[in-house]
Amino acid sequence: MTALLSIGDLSVTYRRDGAEVAALKHISLDVATGERFAIIGESGSGKSTLALAIAGLLPASSRIEGRIDWVPPSPSRGAKDRQSFLFRNSLPLGGRDIGFVFQDPSASIDPVMTVGKQIAEVAHAHLGLAWRDAYTRARDLLERVRLPVPDAAMRAYPHQLSGGQKQRVAIAAAIAASPKLLIADEATSALDTIVQAEIVALIRQLVAEDGMALLFISHDIALAAELAESIAVFRHGELVEFGSTAQVVSAPRHAYTRALLEAHLGLDVEPLLRQTGT
Amino acid sequence: MSPLRRFLRTPEAIAGAVFLAALFAVALAAPLFFPGDPQAIAGPALLPPFKDWSLPLGTDRLGRDVLAELFHGARTSLAVGLAAAAAALAVGAVIGTLAGFAGGLVDEVLMRITDAFQTVPAFLLALAFVSIVGPSLGVVVVAIALGAWTGPARVARAEVLSIRERDFVAGARVIGMHPLEIAFREVLPNALPPVLALSSVIVAAAILTEAALSFLGLGDPNRVTWGGMIAEGRAVLRTAPFLSIIPGVALVLTVLGVYLTGEGVVETTAVRRSLS
Amino acid sequence: MSGPLLAVSGLTKRYRRGGKIIAAVDDVSFHIEPGETLALAGPSGSGKSTIARLMLRLIEPDAGNIEFEGSEFLSLNGAALRDRRARLQMVFQDPLAAFNPRATVARVLDDPLRIHHIASRAERPRRIAALLERVGLSPGLAGRAIHEISGGQRQRVAIARAIATKPSLVVLDEAVSALDVSVRAQILRLLLDLQREERIAYLFISHDLGVVRAIAHRVAILDAGRIAESGDARDVIDAPQSAIGKALVAAAPRLPRIEQDAS
Repeated sequence: MTALLSIGDLSVTYRRDGAEVAALKHISLDVATGERFAIIGESGSGKSTLALAIAGLLPASSRIEGRIDWVPPSPSRGAKDRQSFLFRNSLPLGGRDIGFVFQDPSASIDPVMTVGKQIAEVAHAHLGLAWRDAYTRARDLLERVRLPVPDAAMRAYPHQLSGGQKQRVAIAAAIAASPKLLIADEATSALDTIVQAEIVALIRQLVAEDGMALLFISHDIALAAELAESIAVFRHGELVEFGSTAQVVSAPRHAYTRALLEAHLGLDVEPLLRQTGT
Repeated sequence: MSPLRRFLRTPEAIAGAVFLAALFAVALAAPLFFPGDPQAIAGPALLPPFKDWSLPLGTDRLGRDVLAELFHGARTSLAVGLAAAAAALAVGAVIGTLAGFAGGLVDEVLMRITDAFQTVPAFLLALAFVSIVGPSLGVVVVAIALGAWTGPARVARAEVLSIRERDFVAGARVIGMHPLEIAFREVLPNALPPVLALSSVIVAAAILTEAALSFLGLGDPNRVTWGGMIAEGRAVLRTAPFLSIIPGVALVLTVLGVYLTGEGVVETTAVRRSLS
Repeated sequence: MSGPLLAVSGLTKRYRRGGKIIAAVDDVSFHIEPGETLALAGPSGSGKSTIARLMLRLIEPDAGNIEFEGSEFLSLNGAALRDRRARLQMVFQDPLAAFNPRATVARVLDDPLRIHHIASRAERPRRIAALLERVGLSPGLAGRAIHEISGGQRQRVAIARAIATKPSLVVLDEAVSALDVSVRAQILRLLLDLQREERIAYLFISHDLGVVRAIAHRVAILDAGRIAESGDARDVIDAPQSAIGKALVAAAPRLPRIEQDAS
């Protein structure tokens, strides 16, 4: 497996009210082509900062140290032609090489543009498709993300869709330019359990079909374990544990990972009600 | 610390603030520099400026010291401007909050009253009010506030309409808080920032309205006002234009100073709000 | 007082949306015994949060009855309703949104004590300190602003405010959904402690069946404004009968170690 993305000694600091706040401290990890990779952590762990750093979406006021190497697997460049985009802002390009799905779909899609146009725009801008072809692609994508009646959805405005449908549209827009990496940042956290399971199944299928790598960012260790091949556990901006899903879940090395696993309330845990003996 | 620094980075805001500070100093210091009655005769009539350094800005038709009048006029302008704006903002915020929070019939009645006030030109309203009640400082303040409270009322109502749907208002109802306490202690303080953003415009307009009323002879007759000074100078506009120009310039600079400072404050606090 | 603490019958709330009338809550009936936890579970749009708001009289139903502590709750108005609210409290999902952004911890806890004449002005600081300690917070937190403290601390303050008036029923509307998992477990334990010691009943609203199974005695599963099934929480979640119950159980994320344990 070749690395698609290689992060080395990455640190990110924000300035807040004059004070420096370290959001990420010396993170190193690799994501392989086609790999499903999960980052889990609680609020303030830095997991979203990492996603934004990879996509080049950090606010200008933040200070970034270390390297994020993007290894484009295109044959013309060769696997050795690494470009550190921190210093040469050529690669990767958000939208074309990296698709990004945010937690709140209503905040990431334009409320006054039809669904079809938003997706077609991505294909038009990044793939250089003529508008007619871009619209055809958008319609195909809406079918792929299994929106009921894709033709009607093309002409719909976001407010006419439910939360789950909006997230499907956001996913369609994210994959419209056939990115090599799909980043899903808490993409299912605002949805209820049933819709969450559907979206997770959809992401799994799309990633497999297109050979995309997936960076799945979540606070829910069980959800991440269902989807990812490897898991990185973040806490207070540090990478505390990294390994294959089976290893992290069944033989966690770090006490914090164990605490997260114990705090998970699955349908199999002993009810607290009985534990406390009432 | 940082909002102040951002404020200091906008030159027009600094210029406004500096002028306004100087004006306040002048207004406060007027009785110190010119302890006597500013309307007393101080020298020969129609003395041009910069001729006699004991009367640097010259004298008017009756031989009154123009600089003393200007200083004391600043007191009236600022006092009336600030008092009228404060009254307009307070009345507007309360009526807007009641209308927005109560909704239904209360909202309907209060907003139709607001409409009625808004359709009559503010200056005509002030003119009519002073003509009927008679000119005095308090009446002038009320007269100006009468035409200025509708803007704050509308802004407050719009803000309250969105705030009242928030969870913390539901939370206050759940603990059994009285609706009036919810409206004025929970909702109103959170609706204030956009209402206060109107204050610079309202203060500036109030100062101008006061000057216009004085110009028409409807100001408090026992006080020196810039509008009154301009009106006084009108009769000798050809021979002694400085009598109208000096208070006129003071008026323009004051309104500009209030406006620039207000905009600067709004700008910096707006930036801070969007950042947090 | 005989009979259940709370008996809801035929509760209905309709909304007009785009010319159509939609029943957000459709003829829902349930009851809660003193000191018991009833969970309302269901997908989004199933009407669970609408029921919470109806229970607290934040919105008014189109039909139905709510009998609370043996008397009719929906007919109360004005001062009588405000007095009665002391016995029926609520904790919201987002603890930051549930407090006035300008409030301090002390003010938030002072309000219910003052409004319901529970403690004199001089006595209140001591009562506030005791409430903070009761929910596992340092009394030194009283002077802090709500936006300065962490999400978990905020939810503890919300619980302290809810129990300040010694209620017999607290409605918890997704009260642990926005919290980190480690904080969530602590808050659930706190709720159980309070229930055991003060015999508070909970109406626990959640979309997360794992949490429901951990804390509730009984569960009612809602779908499109109606109760699809109800019963003992463990029985219903272990063997759901309704389609929506089965779908919710199937959709809950599971850790793969279950399979390893079984093999």
